[in-house]
Amino acid sequence: MIKFTLNERAVEVDVPGDTPLLWVLRDELGLTGTKFGCGIAQCGACTVHVGGQARRSCVTPISTLDGAAVITIEGLAASAGRDNGELHPVQTAWIEAQAPQCGYCQSGQIMQAAALLAESPEPTDEEISAGMAGNLCRCMAYVRIRQAIKLAAASQSKGNKQ
Amino acid sequence: MRVTSLIIAAIVLATPVAAQELRGPDQFNSIEDQSERSQALFNEMAKVITHPRCMNCHPVGDLPMQGDEMRPHNPPVVRWNEAGFGPPGLHCSSCHGTENADFVGSEGSIPGHQPWHLPPVSMGWIGLSVGEICAQLKDPERNGNRTLAEIEEHNATDGLVGWAWNPGKGRTPAPGTQEVFGELTKFWIETGAVCPE
Repeated sequence: MIKFTLNERAVEVDVPGDTPLLWVLRDELGLTGTKFGCGIAQCGACTVHVGGQARRSCVTPISTLDGAAVITIEGLAASAGRDNGELHPVQTAWIEAQAPQCGYCQSGQIMQAAALLAESPEPTDEEISAGMAGNLCRCMAYVRIRQAIKLAAASQSKGNKQ
Repeated sequence: MRVTSLIIAAIVLATPVAAQELRGPDQFNSIEDQSERSQALFNEMAKVITHPRCMNCHPVGDLPMQGDEMRPHNPPVVRWNEAGFGPPGLHCSSCHGTENADFVGSEGSIPGHQPWHLPPVSMGWIGLSVGEICAQLKDPERNGNRTLAEIEEHNATDGLVGWAWNPGKGRTPAPGTQEVFGELTKFWIETGAVCPE
């Protein structure tokens, strides 16, 4: 039995220890916002936060998460203190920039961007390129994704100054 | 001597990854000249040092390599700074967990260890000769300010060094064992830590 917190709620799962977190999220716990892309940490579609850091859930054995704090796209806004359906600033910026095309990779992109902005609230272009290098988008929405990250950074900066 | 060292280095570098063995320090006792013995010991250590399991994470640039064929790392992650844990938001630990993890549904595995990171650029090895790597290892300004005793301890006991012999599915382990690698380092130092020319 593996115990950890998922979106700030305690959960227990009884699965083989080598089961990837992604499988547990989608098949055991019913949270399908986190996507399967490649299964080998090459695309970033499955990105979640573990202990506040971006983590590829497809290559994270559940046995390594006992006692960990996991946040998925479903809990991102609440983890930043938003409630009543209010979105995380990155999600709001994503809508404002109309970043997605097909949308499949976007939950991973948003989780990765949120992790980047948590560490570097006003990232340079170089930091955005380096921090987002592991997240692929088949629709090539990279320009709008970059715009959205800058919008989110500006929004957070404005909020912090108010 | 120079030609001999170059030939030995060429053989070490040209030998297929899977075919290498690591001889223990007692295998070099027949070399009477201490300086030559020391160089021979380092050339044996170089079988480990120049192995892809070690070289891949000792680039001279910012991009690590991966695989037995030492291809550029994909995703294209970068060292970012001297600490070598990657850029903001995308640390090595975003993919590399605390232990090796087999892929589910496909062949291979992703390597893991706590911590997982690149050494500083001053410790880059790719493209250097065995003699140049040796000189760098002895230089406190390029080896993390380590003494030779600390180099021995690092080679013999460091967990991330030790991962080279437990690299997970799909990767060839470094030759021999970390214990033998540590012993070779010890005797190389005791014989004067002489670098191959």
